[in-house]
Amino acid sequence: MSTETQTSNPGTRTGGLLISGANLALGDGEATVQALDNVTLSVSPGEMVAVVGPSGAGKSSLLAVAGALTTPDSGTVKVNGVDLGTLSKAERAKFRLKEIGFVFQSGNLIPALNAAEQLKLMLKLAGSRDGFDPLELLAAVGMDHKAKSRPDQLSGGERQRVGIARSLVNRPSLLLVDEPTAALDRARSQDVVALLARETHERGVATVMVTHDHDVLHHCDRVVEMVDGRLVG
Amino acid sequence: MFLALRELRFARARFGLMGGVVALIAVLMVLLSGLSSGLVNDGVSGLKSMPATAFAFNEGTKTDNAFSRSVVDEGQADTWAEQPGVEDAALMGTAMMNGTTGNGTQVDLALFGIEPDSFLAPEIGEGRGIEAPDEIVVSSTAADAGLAIGDVVTLERIDVELTVVGYTDGQATFGHVDLAYLPLDTWQYVASGQSSPGTPTQAAVSSVDFDTASTVALKAADGADIDFAAGDSAAGTVTSTLAESFDASPGYSAETMTLEMIQVFLYAICALVVGAFFTVWTIQRRHELAVLRAVGASTGYLLRDGLLQAAIILVVSTVVGILAGLGMGAGLSGTAMPFALEAAPIATATVLTIVLGLVGAALAIVRISRVDPLVALGGQR
Repeated sequence: MSTETQTSNPGTRTGGLLISGANLALGDGEATVQALDNVTLSVSPGEMVAVVGPSGAGKSSLLAVAGALTTPDSGTVKVNGVDLGTLSKAERAKFRLKEIGFVFQSGNLIPALNAAEQLKLMLKLAGSRDGFDPLELLAAVGMDHKAKSRPDQLSGGERQRVGIARSLVNRPSLLLVDEPTAALDRARSQDVVALLARETHERGVATVMVTHDHDVLHHCDRVVEMVDGRLVG
Repeated sequence: MFLALRELRFARARFGLMGGVVALIAVLMVLLSGLSSGLVNDGVSGLKSMPATAFAFNEGTKTDNAFSRSVVDEGQADTWAEQPGVEDAALMGTAMMNGTTGNGTQVDLALFGIEPDSFLAPEIGEGRGIEAPDEIVVSSTAADAGLAIGDVVTLERIDVELTVVGYTDGQATFGHVDLAYLPLDTWQYVASGQSSPGTPTQAAVSSVDFDTASTVALKAADGADIDFAAGDSAAGTVTSTLAESFDASPGYSAETMTLEMIQVFLYAICALVVGAFFTVWTIQRRHELAVLRAVGASTGYLLRDGLLQAAIILVVSTVVGILAGLGMGAGLSGTAMPFALEAAPIATATVLTIVLGLVGAALAIVRISRVDPLVALGGQR
C-alpha cells in the first residue's frame, strides 16, 4: 500500500474534485478487500469523467469517498478546494447538501413528492436562497410539463431527468452519478447521459459518472477504468 | 414539516388505518373512563358527599369491607372528639337492607344511621329532614327505583315500617344501593335484632340496649390536621381518610382495579400499535431515508420530521376518537348503566394516549439514525 501522491501538482487547483492517494479497505480479517488502492483522480469544473470497470472494482467506493459518505483510510479528498478530511460528520452532511449533487440509479426520488417538490425539498434542506428556481431547472431538463407528477406517474427516463435536476438545484461544484442508465432502454440512456454532459459543461460542474454502459461513453470528456481498486487508463 | 405532511397525504390509506385503530382506542378510553366514573359514583357518592374528613373503624377491622364489619361504641367517639384538630366526631351506623313499599315495589337501601342534629345530617334537596324515629331521607336517585315522599318502606324479615320524608340533594349511593338516612337510635333498634314489627316509637327505640355503631365519622377543624396515629391509639380505632374509606365500601377496589387494568392495557396497546406502525413505515422507507441522508439531510431533521408525523396522526385520531366516544357516552348517560363523563379523567386519557403513542413512535423512529447513507449507492461499494 502506497500513500504517495501521484498527481503532479495538486495544490494549485481549487475547483472540481481532487482525490490524492486514497486507500480504503472494506471488511475485516480474512475478508478484507482493498476497495481503493492508492487512487488519484482529478476532475476539473465543467469536465465529465466516466468510471468504468467490472463489478466490485471499487467504483461505488470511489463515489462514496468523493461524496463525503466514506472517509478513506489514507489520502486526501478535496472538493471545490475543501479538504473533506477536516470536516466533522455534521459538516460533511451540510457540505454534501450544498456542494455535491448525487444522481442515483433509477432516480431514487422520494415517492411522496411531485417533481417540483423533489427539488424544493433539497432547497429547504440546504436552507439557502441561492439555489435554482425548481421550475426553471425542470424546464432545463425538459420536465416542466411533469412538475406536478409524482415518481410513480413518471417513466424511468423521466425519473432520471428529475433526479438530475434535483442533484443540480443547490448549484453543486461536484456531481456524482451512479449507474444512471441501469434501468433505462438504449434511447433513453443516450438522452439522459447527453443531458448530464450538457449540464456539466453549461454549469461548470465537475462530474464523475460510474457506469457499466459502454454505449454512453462518447458523451464523456474522459474515461478511466477501475480494476481491483486501482485506476488504470 | 414539508416532507412529513406530504408523506401523510401520500400514504393516507396506511396512516388512516393506524389512525383508525388509535381513534377506536380513544373511544374505548372515553367509554371506560365514563364507566369507571359512573361506577365510582354509584359505589361511593354517598360517602363523597359527606362532610366528614375521615372515618375511624374499630381496631383490627379488615379494611376491604370495614363499613359493614366494624363495631364502635360511644366511648370511642367521645375519645376522638377530644383529639386535637377534631372539630366533631359522630357515630354512624351502616347496614344494607331490603324493603318493600306499600304498592309492593322492592327497594334495596343502604341504611345510614346518624344523629339528626350532628354534622352528618344530609343536605335536603326535597321534602324535609328526619325528625321522628320512623322517618328516613333517601337518595334522590331512589325516586327512579319507585320511592316517593310519603311512601312507607317495610324492611324485610323484621317488618319495621319507615316513612320517606325527603330526598337528599344530588346522588347519594353506597355500594350501588341508594342511601336511606335514619336516626341512629332507629338504626340501633333495627341492627340489634330486638325490633318489633310496625312503626318504631321513640319509647321502643330508646328501650333497646344496643349502643354501638359502625364507625366514627370525624370532622377536622378548619385548616387543622388530625394526628390519626395518636387518635387511633387513644380510641382503639383504625382511621381512613374520606378518600381511603372508598376502599372500605363494598366492591369498590375490585371494580376500580379491573377498569384500571383494562386502561393500562389500552395504553400499552396504543404505544405498541403506533410503535409497530412506525417500525414498518421506517423500514419501508429505508432506501428513501438512505437517499435523503446521502444527499445531506441531517439525522435531526429526519427524526423531527418522523416525530411530527406521529404527533399529527396521534393528535388528530385521538381527538376524533374522544369526540366520538363523548357522543356515544352522552347517549349512555341517561340509561341504567352507571356512566358519568368527567372532564379530568378524559383529559388524562387523551394526554396519555398521545404521549404513550409518541413514545412508541419515537422508539421506532430512532431507527432512522441507523440507516446507512451508503445504501443509496448501488449496493456494492
